[in-house]
Amino acid sequence: MRVNISVNGESMAADDVWEGESLLYVLRERLGLPGAKNACEQGECGSCTVYLDGTPVCACLVAAGQAEGREVITVEGLASGGELDEVQRSFVEAGAVQCGFCTPGLIVQAHSLIESTPGVPADAEIREALAGNLCRCTGYEKILDAVRLAAVRKHQP
Amino acid sequence: MTTVAAPSAGTALDRVDGPEKVTGRARYAYENVPADLAYAVVVQATVSRGEVRAVDADSVLQLPGMIATIWHENAPRLAPVEDAELTVLQSPRVAYRGQVVAVVVAETLESATEAARLLRVDYRPEPHDVELRPDHPGMYRPDHVNPNYATDSELGDPDTALAFASVVVDATYTTPAQHHNPIEPHATVALWDADGLTLYDATQSTSGVRATIAPLFALPPESVRVISPYVGGGFGGKGAPHAQVVLAALAAKQVGRPVKLAATRRQMFAVTGYRTPTVQRVRLGADEDGKLSAIVHEAFEQTATIKEFAEQTTVVTRMMYAAPHRRTSHRLVRLDVPVPTWMRAPGETPGMFALESAMDELAVACGIDPVELRVRNEPTIDPERGLPFSSRNLVACLRGGAERFGWAGRDPEPGVRRRGRQLIGTGVASSTYPVYRMPSQASARAEPGGGFTVRIAAADIGTGARTVLTQIAADALRVPPAQVRMEVGDSALPRASVAGGSSGTASWGTAVLRACEGLMDALHRRAGDVPPGGLEASADTAEELRSQRPLSRHAYGAQFAEVGVDLDTGEVRVLRLLGAFAAGRIINPKTARSQLIGGMTMGLSMALLEESVMDLEFGDYLNRDLAQYHVAACADVRDVDAFWIEEEDPDLNPMGSKGIGEIGIVGTAAAIANAVYHATGIRVRDLPIRLDRLIGGGI
Ligand code: FES
Ligand code: FES
Repeated sequence: MRVNISVNGESMAADDVWEGESLLYVLRERLGLPGAKNACEQGECGSCTVYLDGTPVCACLVAAGQAEGREVITVEGLASGGELDEVQRSFVEAGAVQCGFCTPGLIVQAHSLIESTPGVPADAEIREALAGNLCRCTGYEKILDAVRLAAVRKHQP
Repeated sequence: MTTVAAPSAGTALDRVDGPEKVTGRARYAYENVPADLAYAVVVQATVSRGEVRAVDADSVLQLPGMIATIWHENAPRLAPVEDAELTVLQSPRVAYRGQVVAVVVAETLESATEAARLLRVDYRPEPHDVELRPDHPGMYRPDHVNPNYATDSELGDPDTALAFASVVVDATYTTPAQHHNPIEPHATVALWDADGLTLYDATQSTSGVRATIAPLFALPPESVRVISPYVGGGFGGKGAPHAQVVLAALAAKQVGRPVKLAATRRQMFAVTGYRTPTVQRVRLGADEDGKLSAIVHEAFEQTATIKEFAEQTTVVTRMMYAAPHRRTSHRLVRLDVPVPTWMRAPGETPGMFALESAMDELAVACGIDPVELRVRNEPTIDPERGLPFSSRNLVACLRGGAERFGWAGRDPEPGVRRRGRQLIGTGVASSTYPVYRMPSQASARAEPGGGFTVRIAAADIGTGARTVLTQIAADALRVPPAQVRMEVGDSALPRASVAGGSSGTASWGTAVLRACEGLMDALHRRAGDVPPGGLEASADTAEELRSQRPLSRHAYGAQFAEVGVDLDTGEVRVLRLLGAFAAGRIINPKTARSQLIGGMTMGLSMALLEESVMDLEFGDYLNRDLAQYHVAACADVRDVDAFWIEEEDPDLNPMGSKGIGEIGIVGTAAAIANAVYHATGIRVRDLPIRLDRLIGGGI
């Protein structure tokens, strides 16, 4: 089947998509967008998190066909005009990135948390919101710093 | 060229590859797309011992997009090498369940996955033996333990000393098999052309993969290129090549097209290595003041039938505390199990869980504060090697950590502090990790248009190597880091040692520094003039390393934990974890903190969650995904912090640094188990500290 998706503001189409294919597979293997990572393919790690119509989802759990006609934003679509998004910048500055494999998913998830929370979220809220995004490298402390930093920058510029 | 910049080493430079990683631009192994690419998926043995009788390739031939089914009867022949984990698809033997018995190649990943699922493989099964028991009749004494330590050691007369000791601790501890689970699964894209073989591989050592893979395909090393600029974590699991890289190369050769192959998360539990489970008996003999007279530490571990990996579990006990009478040993049994390998601080991690738990038991038995007990047993020289320490600041870590943690005035009585529905306790354990340095090469080049390029085949698996090497180079070249372009992760660059043994900064940093110094000399001779073709210098540290004087070189640390244990459910929460470390000079405080905290968090995860459960009936690890093999998530962690003590040690390397990638995990699990004892009065000697072990223990 053919699947039409708006990805990062651009209309894209993938042909010969098998019904069982995931959105993650279509993004990574067919549309040339490997930003969202494949680390478990069964919804356990959050590395594949993307926005689907504004809601963060595990792209590995979304069938490609379910994304037909909808809007997807991946980590590649967060920076605009060569400028890093606040969350991306904060991740770099706070030292929240190590190997970087969990990072794209975490950034989308953190971006969503910050967008949907007025003010700076409490630590417990951040930990809960990011509990589905595993990171094996950092021990999460710097990720919390990054989220706080980004929230402060966004809400109290 | 004469710019003088403030030193970069010691400053918190942002990770230089941060922007690539946060935007999704960094390309990891599986994300390389050479033209005409095909997808490969492995088929794993469903018996744990026996032989493949037949593979019914016809059973999947008619599926759309099928290209090939490769198994031992039609696979290209590999040159025989010693490492049987790598001589894949060469014989019908099945040595463990989950071993690769075939590879299916197709036009899309979905077709290959489907074919792999449907492929009929016929086996002649044999009964298996997968249970690690210390009294297993197959227990043997390996020739040496990883990487090259004596298997056993003995000093004085420990048996007599134990018999006459006023206080004796004699306890057995166990640690389960653990899987690395880097977030990036092991992956390779293999490509053959007129020049030979190119591998985009997720590895901790491009030079190592090249050196290992070339002989398998009877190629000179120059004909193999391994490219790996970004690696999504390794923790030892990507230290030595595993089956997937050979399989990708072999499949690409067979089908005459580039091939992509990744282990799935579930497959990783059988084919990419794990930490061997251990059974450890520790005996400590001491006088009433807690002064040790005897230490005996014996480890029993498993390895695979096709390859020996002997984890150096008790080696750490040889240098940790003073005692005149001492013995350490390792015994191994070959079982029908997957091949174990290095996992973050192999040896120290399980070994220090046992030793530091036993030290806590001794503190309780003697009625001495556990910090004080460790201080009393501080050696003045390396107790077994008889060498002076290059620097040893364990006591400073214990004291400094105790002060920050608020240890003073701790009531040693177990099981008496309640906060709401929780029992509260605190615990301490020491950490340590050896200082390794391995020969490496590097080149530094002044570019005609300005700026410098520094090259080394080192791997940045998330440690921050690229950043730290940039800083070392910048300082040697006396320029700001922005003027240095660091190239790593390619075997075509000057040869580098593995990202392992926490040796990267020391090994590669020395090579980078020497190359930059050489370039500065050359520039100086030309009065700073860079010729139109640029100017380059290179270095090889082999000679320099050989002349290093013998000393006992280790980093040290102390870890403090506060836990809350739910009275009704037995659920353990680590409320606070604080690590104090003495690891030479810290080159980048930002990347260093993250490494230490990351290691400690992996230690927390090991203490409470991680356990690969062997299915005795089917003979493989039962919990083969992240839903069942738990690694600490953000919400499992509360407050983890690390700090370090400034340490000047001129006997390490020109940077004065010790490795920090592994020490963070060493001792953490013991600190937590000791805190659980303090909270509940229950001594958990078997990891992880599961609810049933506390409820069953009568919380
Ligand atoms: S890859 Fe989707 S949750 Fe892990
Ligand atoms: S940075 Fe490596 S998994 Fe998070």
